Amino acid sequence: MTVYEIPSTPKTLLHRIVQFRMPVVLALLIVMVTVLTDGSFAKPANLVNVARQISFEALIAFGMTLVIVTGGIDLSVGSLVALTGVAAALVMRATLDTPPAVCISAGLMAGCGVGALFGTTSGIIVTRFSIPPFIVTLAAMLIARGFAFIVCNGQPVYELPKDLIYLGRGFVLESAIGRVLPVPVLLLLLGFAGFHILLSRTVMGRRVIAVGSNEEAARLAGIPVRRTKLLVYMITGGLCGIVGLLQDAKLMAGDPKVGEMWELNVIAAVVVGGTSLFGGRGTIAGTLIGALIIGVLNNSLNLLHVEHFWQKVVLGLVILLAALLDAALRRLGRR
Amino acid sequence: MTAAPLRLQCSGMCKSYPGVLALDGVNLDLAAGTVHALVGENGAGKSTLVKLLSGAAPPDAGSVEIDGENVSIRNARHAQQLGIAVVYQEFNLAPDLSVSENIFLGRWPSAPRRPWIDFPKLHDQTAALLATLGIRLSVRQPVSTLSVAQQQMVEIAKALSLDAKILILDEPSAVLTPHELDTLFELVKDLKNRGVGVIYISHRLDEIFRIADDVTVLRDGRNVSTRTIQTVERDRLITEMVGRELKNEFPPRCCTIGDVLLRFENLTARNRFNDVTLDVRAGEVLALTGLVGSGRTSVAQTAFGAVRADEGTVSLAGRHRRFTTPRQAIAEGVAMLPEDRRREGLLLERSIRENITLADPGASATWGFLSHRRERNLTRRLMNDLQIKALSPDTQVATLSGGNQQKVLLARWMARSHRAMILDEPTRGVDVGAKYEIYTLINRLAAEGVALLLISSELPEVIGMADRIGVMHEGRLMDILDNPARATTQEQIMRLAAGEIDTR
Repeated sequence: MTVYEIPSTPKTLLHRIVQFRMPVVLALLIVMVTVLTDGSFAKPANLVNVARQISFEALIAFGMTLVIVTGGIDLSVGSLVALTGVAAALVMRATLDTPPAVCISAGLMAGCGVGALFGTTSGIIVTRFSIPPFIVTLAAMLIARGFAFIVCNGQPVYELPKDLIYLGRGFVLESAIGRVLPVPVLLLLLGFAGFHILLSRTVMGRRVIAVGSNEEAARLAGIPVRRTKLLVYMITGGLCGIVGLLQDAKLMAGDPKVGEMWELNVIAAVVVGGTSLFGGRGTIAGTLIGALIIGVLNNSLNLLHVEHFWQKVVLGLVILLAALLDAALRRLGRR
Repeated sequence: MTAAPLRLQCSGMCKSYPGVLALDGVNLDLAAGTVHALVGENGAGKSTLVKLLSGAAPPDAGSVEIDGENVSIRNARHAQQLGIAVVYQEFNLAPDLSVSENIFLGRWPSAPRRPWIDFPKLHDQTAALLATLGIRLSVRQPVSTLSVAQQQMVEIAKALSLDAKILILDEPSAVLTPHELDTLFELVKDLKNRGVGVIYISHRLDEIFRIADDVTVLRDGRNVSTRTIQTVERDRLITEMVGRELKNEFPPRCCTIGDVLLRFENLTARNRFNDVTLDVRAGEVLALTGLVGSGRTSVAQTAFGAVRADEGTVSLAGRHRRFTTPRQAIAEGVAMLPEDRRREGLLLERSIRENITLADPGASATWGFLSHRRERNLTRRLMNDLQIKALSPDTQVATLSGGNQQKVLLARWMARSHRAMILDEPTRGVDVGAKYEIYTLINRLAAEGVALLLISSELPEVIGMADRIGVMHEGRLMDILDNPARATTQEQIMRLAAGEIDTR
């Protein structure tokens, strides 16, 4: 047999830039806003603040990344945060006389349970009846939002265990290391590690990628396509339950109005992070960077006292710019 | 060479991609009114040359003359204006638009300064064009309702609607039945008579000897030879293409045939096939052939859980099995190499490693956690074993040649052993050298005692590889021919496939 000598592709600087394009964009952005704000952006207290601000939506974005990599979409996440938050709050109010750990655990289970139930239902409808996930989760979004108001009669639930506030506003080891690591940020880091390993290093993650990359090929290779899809919606729903409880803890109330527009912010973070809406391509690290880009922007626009309405315009333009840059750099890298 | 004036003269064409020199000074002369076959293994540079001529990519060096005039092709539109038309293997048709809308796509006639299409004029123009080409099609019919062969005719008509002087056909026969191929050849002959120069790319040597006037062999991006067809010998051509001596197109197989492993009994799936009974033994290659649409793929797929039978039974090693998903079939040791590797087989954007481990990712995992190192080792071993030519286990599958892609799919199933394997058109779009390697792999699987069901439209392949040949016609298994000496004739098979005789 002939042995073919294949030259190795030279790794030029350009290729490296293309490979790490999103971190490069983030770094440039950070340098830019640091200069523009005369360094007040880079103050430790502000950086901790940015991390805390993005933590809720970024956590959901990790689940959303899985959904989008399978080629799906979940529009119900914002409403689910509201519904699961209210559900958790109601359960906690009902169990106020038990020890705080029990009470909060009960709330968490209620929130996750409701979220996972909604996610699973959406997943079943998507897989069994072949209805586009856009429509199914759009319906779920309306239904969940409606129920969020119905179960609490439209009134936020205030009577919550006092210790809950630690989850929303506390810091890890505050007495030892100071106000460095907010609890939600710790959860964000744990979530990042868990979902990163799940997508890149487990059989389940490989199935997610395969289904989104070529569903028919995946089916013919023996991948349980339906089960895989169902699972990603279930996981994302459950994740909404966790965030719903964190939201309760932050506000010390179960409020049916929270989470408006979150679905779009979350999808924006995923897409800015380089995940393809057509499925099959995406990483959790990219999503974290996408969430950071949006978070840094929001924060610096505030620091720069940009008017609220203009903030939206700038954010929209930046998302567009990031997508254009991503596409241009990827084309360069292919040449 | 032919005495006619040169339509196209390419000289010194060069093109490189990162890490690959795809074309290295290739010359090609195409005379008016002739068919010039372009042959070579996958990756020899044929597609790259087509890309340069169609304006899809600029050459690094070299000159192109059309009718004696030096041109530099700027883009696809410019190539069309210069009279170069390309019909690709994969069609670019809008399925919901009609035949005429497709043929004049983007150039629909309209009254001056009016936004709407002048449909009567469009249909008249189309009808006139089809009449001159001798193609009989209804101009108002949506393209999605046409057969593959008819869609190809639409593509050709579309290519020629711009008054093309040079027509490039890139593997046109891959999707055609023998009868449809005859129609295509008549059309090509007609075009020849009208002075069109045709570049014909194909892996099937039989066709080239039927239709071509000249043959150019490319290998590793360079010219190997150009000769008129009368002076070419078949074996010589193969040797030139692969750059080494291939003693035989089909490697010999010597192994003992064992017990029945896979058995279909009175199997029926409504609207697909009727009352099929056959068995495949361990170590045996049973070919299932027939025209496209005769139900051969559906029969095989019932054993893989991809098609459900209404009546009858499938048994595996003597036990009745009714698989409802491929997953169940795979768990019981049945594997399938699908017909359309890009659509049904590969994750094109992903790596060789991810593609090979797809059917059994758990093999390189502990408690559900994958070890990339174990995956790479497994992939390297199989790449070595199956002679998959690629940079590394992490190379994207889309960048590989057709033959190597097919070997990646085979490797997926060879990562562990199976009891029965269905191979649906395993050598479609694969070059001669890789074909031989795939045949060798099939023989190796047979020697390991796998029951092999080979579905193929290529009769030489069927005769050269199968121990027995089942021929299907319109959902019925007409007969199973014994083929121990590889001596069945193509005519015998064709007559059964056409439904002419029924020996059952």
